Amino acid sequence: MDNEGIKKFILDRVPEAECVEGSQFLQVTIPSEKIFPLAGELKSNESTSFDFLFCLTAVDWPDHMQVVYHLKSTAHNHQLALKCKIASRENPEIETVCHIWRTAELHEREAYDLFGIKFLNHPDLRRLLLTDDWEGYPMRKDYDDPINMIEY
Amino acid sequence: MEEVIQDKDLESKEYFINMGPQHPSTHGVLRLVLSLDGEIIRKVEPHLGFIHRSIEKMCEHDVYNQIVHLTDRMDYLSCHINNEAVCLCVEQALQLEIPDRIKVIRTIIGELTRLSSHQLWWGVMGMDLGAITSFLYGFRDREMITDIFEETCGARLTMNYNLPGGLMFDIHPNFQKRTKDFIAHFKKKLPEYDTLLSNNVIFRQRTKGIGYLSKEDAISYGVTGPTARASGFSCDVRKHHPYSGYDKVQFKEILDTEGDCYARYKCRIAEMWESMSIIEQLIDNIPEGPHKVPTKAVIKLPKGEWYQKVETARGEFGVYIISEGQKSPYRLKFRSPGFSNLSALDHMARGCKIADLVAIMSTLDLVIPDIDR
Repeated sequence: MDNEGIKKFILDRVPEAECVEGSQFLQVTIPSEKIFPLAGELKSNESTSFDFLFCLTAVDWPDHMQVVYHLKSTAHNHQLALKCKIASRENPEIETVCHIWRTAELHEREAYDLFGIKFLNHPDLRRLLLTDDWEGYPMRKDYDDPINMIEY
Repeated sequence: MEEVIQDKDLESKEYFINMGPQHPSTHGVLRLVLSLDGEIIRKVEPHLGFIHRSIEKMCEHDVYNQIVHLTDRMDYLSCHINNEAVCLCVEQALQLEIPDRIKVIRTIIGELTRLSSHQLWWGVMGMDLGAITSFLYGFRDREMITDIFEETCGARLTMNYNLPGGLMFDIHPNFQKRTKDFIAHFKKKLPEYDTLLSNNVIFRQRTKGIGYLSKEDAISYGVTGPTARASGFSCDVRKHHPYSGYDKVQFKEILDTEGDCYARYKCRIAEMWESMSIIEQLIDNIPEGPHKVPTKAVIKLPKGEWYQKVETARGEFGVYIISEGQKSPYRLKFRSPGFSNLSALDHMARGCKIADLVAIMSTLDLVIPDIDR
């Protein structure tokens, strides 16, 4: 399926999605509460069959949080960058996708650890890289650690 | 009077032991908490972060030329390929046209890096399973490659040979001769590897049928590299999304369907032959030209985002740059192959013995700084 087809597939299901043709991938931004049904369908539908989640990450924007899913279909060889906008920066929450793509389990734990995004229904949401008693979420832009951080 | 042993006294209980962080077969500081029933593994839970340096956060304050150097410190056995990923991503954002000479040299050194990484893996894997000789064999041959690197760029391990826009230096006049000497030498030595380990009865029994990973699970867990290709998942970035000089050379993507430790072992051995064939095709055909395209001293990328994936010795390495038009990225994410490969460890090790876990970890070829970043 080409980018136009994927765009139509998503717009049929999530009409408020914003699509941008990036330099490599089609970039689609959807509201965070739409992720779980859409992700399930993107994987299970035979025309899209996005079965390979090769990158999951979070971005801290000034007014919102974003989770970015980079997807690939091993059968059709097409790719997609799916972005979820989480309105609340203070208490970001989003549904987990680790029951759809198993690799998400560790990636989501990392995003929780570094950005403080709560993945609802995640089987084991704990800190991954930092110690359990760490305070704050270091990858956030407003994180401040006067001892360890170097000012430029 | 003897007491009658009741059935309830013989009930076994699940218990936990720590493997690592100071365990030789974890190849670094990785702590695994094993949940055991007798000697059978019920669950493996990795605890990470012993060498977490938050490289991604550091990158948000660094200029792009500095970021290249940090990537050496992740997967240090594929350092050149990691450097290349960042350089390709920056070049793609700047829409720089890279001369063929640079592409070809990058490809040759990338394949030498892959060979040296696989040689080290082979030696260490033998040692994990109790064969010390293989460690010495692996390092003997790897030494020739690190010598070539040293002559080319002054460093043996963390090479920093790439720059956005080209290479630090041109190749050394001896480079082609020494590389050809090495290929001739290693072609004779690689069959020895088969004699020593591949056809060894004990080695085969320790690896055949152990740690099975199906193709569907490999895709779902995001496993890439030789580990996934041994399960039949065609994921070679060099084939699917060719970069540098890979569209000009002929090579096979090594695939297997067995999905056990022995299949992963065979895949890596076969990849060494393919790497040598790629180098042979290119080494006499390095085009003339500059080794560097001039760029600004401080590179500023336009507003936007770019993703670049490359094939390291462990699998798919991705660099995701989001730029706001500044000299540093707004956000930079490294998708490291080891991190995703590790997530499948629990699935593969369930039901195996503790000794099998060592074999499984060896064939995953984990490099811990790559996982912790």
